[in-house]
Amino acid sequence: MKILVCISKTPDTTAKIAFTDNNTKFVADGVQWIINPYDEWYALVRALELKEAGLAEAIHLVTVGAADSEPIIRKALALGGEEAIRVNSDNHDPFYIASQIAAVAKEGNYGLVFTGKETIDYNGSSIGGMVAELLDMPYVSLATKLDLEGDSAIIVREIEGGEETDKVQLPLVVSCQKGMAEQRIPNMKGIMGARSKPLKVIEPVAAAILTTVVSFDLPPAKAGVKLVSPENPEELVRLLHEEAKAF
Amino acid sequence: MSVLIFLDQSEGQIKKSSLEAASYGAKVAELMGTSADAIILGTVNDDLTALGKYGIKKVHTIKNDSLNSLDAQVFAKIIADAATAINANVVIFSNNFNGKAIAPRLSVRLKAGLVSGAVALPDLSNGFVVRKNVFSGKAFANVSITTAVKIISLNPNSYSIVTTDAVAEVVELAVTPGTSKVQVTATNKIVGEVPLSEAEIVVSGGRGLKGPENWALVTDLAKLLGAATACSRPVADIGWRPHHEHVGQTGLAIAPNLYFAIGISGAIQHLAGVNRSKVIVVINKDPEAPFFKAADYGIVGDAFEVMPKIIEAVKKLKQG
Ligand SMILES: Cc1cc2nc3c(=O)[nH]c(=O)nc-3n(C[C@H](O)[C@H](O)[C@H](O)COP(=O)(O)OP(=O)(O)OC[C@H]3O[C@@H](n4cnc5c(N)ncnc54)[C@H](O)[C@@H]3O)c2cc1C
Ligand SMILES: Nc1ncnc2c1ncn2[C@@H]1O[C@H](COP(=O)(O)O)[C@@H](O)[C@H]1O
Repeated sequence: MKILVCISKTPDTTAKIAFTDNNTKFVADGVQWIINPYDEWYALVRALELKEAGLAEAIHLVTVGAADSEPIIRKALALGGEEAIRVNSDNHDPFYIASQIAAVAKEGNYGLVFTGKETIDYNGSSIGGMVAELLDMPYVSLATKLDLEGDSAIIVREIEGGEETDKVQLPLVVSCQKGMAEQRIPNMKGIMGARSKPLKVIEPVAAAILTTVVSFDLPPAKAGVKLVSPENPEELVRLLHEEAKAF
Repeated sequence: MSVLIFLDQSEGQIKKSSLEAASYGAKVAELMGTSADAIILGTVNDDLTALGKYGIKKVHTIKNDSLNSLDAQVFAKIIADAATAINANVVIFSNNFNGKAIAPRLSVRLKAGLVSGAVALPDLSNGFVVRKNVFSGKAFANVSITTAVKIISLNPNSYSIVTTDAVAEVVELAVTPGTSKVQVTATNKIVGEVPLSEAEIVVSGGRGLKGPENWALVTDLAKLLGAATACSRPVADIGWRPHHEHVGQTGLAIAPNLYFAIGISGAIQHLAGVNRSKVIVVINKDPEAPFFKAADYGIVGDAFEVMPKIIEAVKKLKQG
């Protein structure tokens, strides 16, 4: 059984968010790019653990991105995985991206396809579900645990105010979040080894584009904090009740 | 032409986030000059005709126990068929846990563009443009959906429920659900607590509270306010509080009406999960704590001295 892990590139969590060109473009100057945390810490690491436990034969990584995604996918390969595929497109429409991933997944005949919970820039939380539908496979979203038992996966997923355990036959698509695995730091051997791992670049398959971003904007600045004296916390309760009408 | 809203239920009760989606969907229908239908799967205890209150004209149900637990594959097929049958050109979900599983599948089935995490009504003045949160609440994107059928997944707590006194028509669909490949073997719900994702008030504690033995400062206030409790990431990581309480970039993103941050520094990754809260209150002994920049109200002071007084004052207020 092979696992495909979807890797996306996002601005660092502390990056300054700004837009230019009439608010149509994200200002990427000086932004540090990272592997989307959910893809790295949870999806990829859990896949590696399954391989280390002898439950998966190989881990392949896929990213849909232009040439500037290569450092990111190499960084992911430094953590592990045998090979990576980059689909050469920088389109951001979720359906378009999912179509590319589904094409790669079909070709490779994977037992599990892992995505992160969401990208921390687009926050779509939608690629995994789309890939699953395109592949006609079950989808378990927002998984916090995954184990394999024969040809089934035992998955814990988050629901409102609790969790649910599902048993699902492979193949399937899973979106991964906190709980799946512990963050790992790549070591020198991994970083050196990643340089010689195969990174296949393929051209995108034809796919429809269903949405386009027209513009971005930033939330209005806060009016500023109203400070209450620590000697008189009762005043805070009064303000929240009478002024903010918060309770 | 019509609008279809998927209403999500748990243990026979329609979720609050779904009622928001219903009100939102009814408004979208009004803007488009059409009417809003809803679809609800599984066995529901509530009187469905009462959904008219939220602007729903007709409720389609499939009363089948096998639909009480989610298989996104089965659900997406049923919803797609229903949407096609009523000629829906907009389908609306709540962007809650189940919505996130189903809406993307439906998008593929119907070849319908999806905007997830919507925070406002669509702008119909120039095509169909939906405003959504991006960059973990640090910005908005206005996204144009260019397909004939459109799907919107509405962020919880971003549209207020509006009610009238109308009554909905209820029709039962004669549909046999497809066989599910997902077998639910256990559900584990924390009883008696307000689910964090649906809470209107959230009281949250950070490392400044020094240890789990001091958490009564958080939980007592939460109880008085009918609020959910939350925490910063290190607090969950050290095991002072359960993981499901962790909010932020890597935890849950929430948007309550009121967020109390006690002994939390306000790191950018924490703010990413809470910056959509309507009113933010910060209690921190360090005047330089970054959280004060994102706050509406604050006290620079020691939580151990301030919180008991706040709790007393709320108690008094609640006793009227
Ligand atoms: C990629 C990444 C993702 C992350 N994701 C998240 C996330 O999802 N959520 C999250 O929370 N963090 C996240 N973090 C961690 C984040 O950067 C901070 O380290 C964390 O939020 C700090 O938690 P804290 O405020 O509880 O603790 P601290 O930073 O230790 O702050 C404690 C605060 O308590 C105050 N204090 C101390 N004593 C008192 C007292 N007696 N009374 C009142 N105030 C007091 C202090 O002044 C201080 O401001 C992430 C980090 C990274 C790198
Ligand atoms: N361009 C991409 N290339 C590969 N995987 C992606 C890409 N975009 C998103 N993903 C995967 O899909 C998940 C959810 O993304 P999203 O639906 O955009 O929030 C991410 O965590 C990734 O695992």
